[in-house]
Amino acid sequence: MSRDRTVPALAIACAALLAAAPLAPQWLVFLLALALAKGLVVLGLVLLMRTGLVSFGQGLYFGLGAYAAALLAHRAGLADAALMILAGTAGAAALAAILGLLLARYREIFFAMLSLAFSMILYGALVKSSTLGSTDGFNLHAKSFAGVALVSGTERRLFYAVSVVLVFGVAWLVHRYLASHWGRLSAAIRDNELRVEYLGASVYRVVYLNYVAAGALAGMGGAFAALAVGHVDPETAYWTTSGEFVFIAILGGTGNVLAPFLSAAVFEGLRTVANQYAPNVWQMSLGIAMLAIIMFLPGGLWTLLQRKKAA
Amino acid sequence: MNPILVAQGVQKSFGAVSAASDLNLSFERDSVASLIGANGAGKTTFLNMVTGYLRPDAGRISFDGQELVGLDPRRITRLGVSRSFQIPQLFHSASVRENLLVAEGIAVADRVEEATDAVLERFGLERYAAQAAGLLPEGVRKLLDVAMALVAKPKMLLLDEPTSGVAAAEKFGIMDLVMGAVRGQGVTVLFVEHDMEIVSRYAGRVVAFYDGRVIADGAPGKVLDDAEVRRYVIGEESHAAA
Repeated sequence: MSRDRTVPALAIACAALLAAAPLAPQWLVFLLALALAKGLVVLGLVLLMRTGLVSFGQGLYFGLGAYAAALLAHRAGLADAALMILAGTAGAAALAAILGLLLARYREIFFAMLSLAFSMILYGALVKSSTLGSTDGFNLHAKSFAGVALVSGTERRLFYAVSVVLVFGVAWLVHRYLASHWGRLSAAIRDNELRVEYLGASVYRVVYLNYVAAGALAGMGGAFAALAVGHVDPETAYWTTSGEFVFIAILGGTGNVLAPFLSAAVFEGLRTVANQYAPNVWQMSLGIAMLAIIMFLPGGLWTLLQRKKAA
Repeated sequence: MNPILVAQGVQKSFGAVSAASDLNLSFERDSVASLIGANGAGKTTFLNMVTGYLRPDAGRISFDGQELVGLDPRRITRLGVSRSFQIPQLFHSASVRENLLVAEGIAVADRVEEATDAVLERFGLERYAAQAAGLLPEGVRKLLDVAMALVAKPKMLLLDEPTSGVAAAEKFGIMDLVMGAVRGQGVTVLFVEHDMEIVSRYAGRVVAFYDGRVIADGAPGKVLDDAEVRRYVIGEESHAAA
């Protein structure tokens, strides 16, 4: 039986990303911060995919988390990044807890399309809301993190460093969850729901729990992204954003909690490079990359690392 | 007389086909009974109604004094009724050990690893522990299916054709392992079977079905010698005619 090296790998990745905080150029810090935020959303998607479900509507919670965080600063005047992240996470978790009551009853294309429909309702509401900036959205700015003032000039690097620690803490928790009985049950549900019920466990309860957790993670990712970018707009809830998360999940695979962050970084890197050197065909570059992944690495980029370990 | 499972006036139809026609059956605690009958006679339908997969059109089914009709499979399992399936219901991408870990995790809260190792040993599955369940030989799949059903320590175990698709040389070994695991545990066993050697060797009582009704019920020797059973279930007369 091979030893699980996820925890040391998480620690090494966390340390490496922290070391980059003072050294990396500003553009890279921004790219990594965005990759971490999107990685969180994809981590939630991986939880659902392990249960056999694909959501094309995680933009709902991503957008909600971003707007909840932004509104806390913009309207309530509470411009503390920790509180904003908390608000984004709690708001998304609360909505997921309500919608999950319905969605946990659906599977396959019905689950995918219903989740997409809910995200488009939020998108429509945001576009129509002039008080929330309509299609333009609005800017936000955090003044402190957990009471510690963010000094202009170094604030982005400090925020990035704190993000790294928080995100990897969450990834460790999800890893523990996946290794627990509940995590095993999730994979069992993907394989055979009937058997799980005949062993005496509630499939509905596990799917619901995973759905709420995925919503909370997407909300947290939305808040992180809003803070990194300093702006929110309805695109965060648009279906192409949800599709982007599914793209990143397939790119990385569901084999490990590190995979979403690896693939989010690759995705953001690819997009940045493609945008710069082939601005008119960058979507095509991503499409070709996806085709190559599906044909040659159906388990995602993570299988490359697994093969290397196995060799 | 203190039956653990009682079915009264149970009826079930699928369109014009009657799968259960006024079934009245009861099963004693700690007994081993077999349901026999040709394909479509209503044996598996009866198991499916007991375990909540199908709801009877009419009638009552009670287990240990508790009404089962209207309860879902999960609740019925929690009451102490476990089952295996004609086509083993496993977690195909998981290993044998992981299959049992899931079952143990649902049944008990602690010492899951030790309990899993004990089941692997009891059913002789240690050498398959790391193999994916989807790649196992049929006999081992059947055994794993039954082992998972027994993990919850049920009061009643329902087995749907436990030796179908299994090599002749293995069928008694599988049944010996299963019966050995439940012996002395106070578990009532009800199994559906087409193999009359298995029926006469392991069942203390045989219930023969034909077209959704019971045509014979009693000791194996008596039921298997019954003229109607020989004609409709065992098929000797029709074979002879052919």
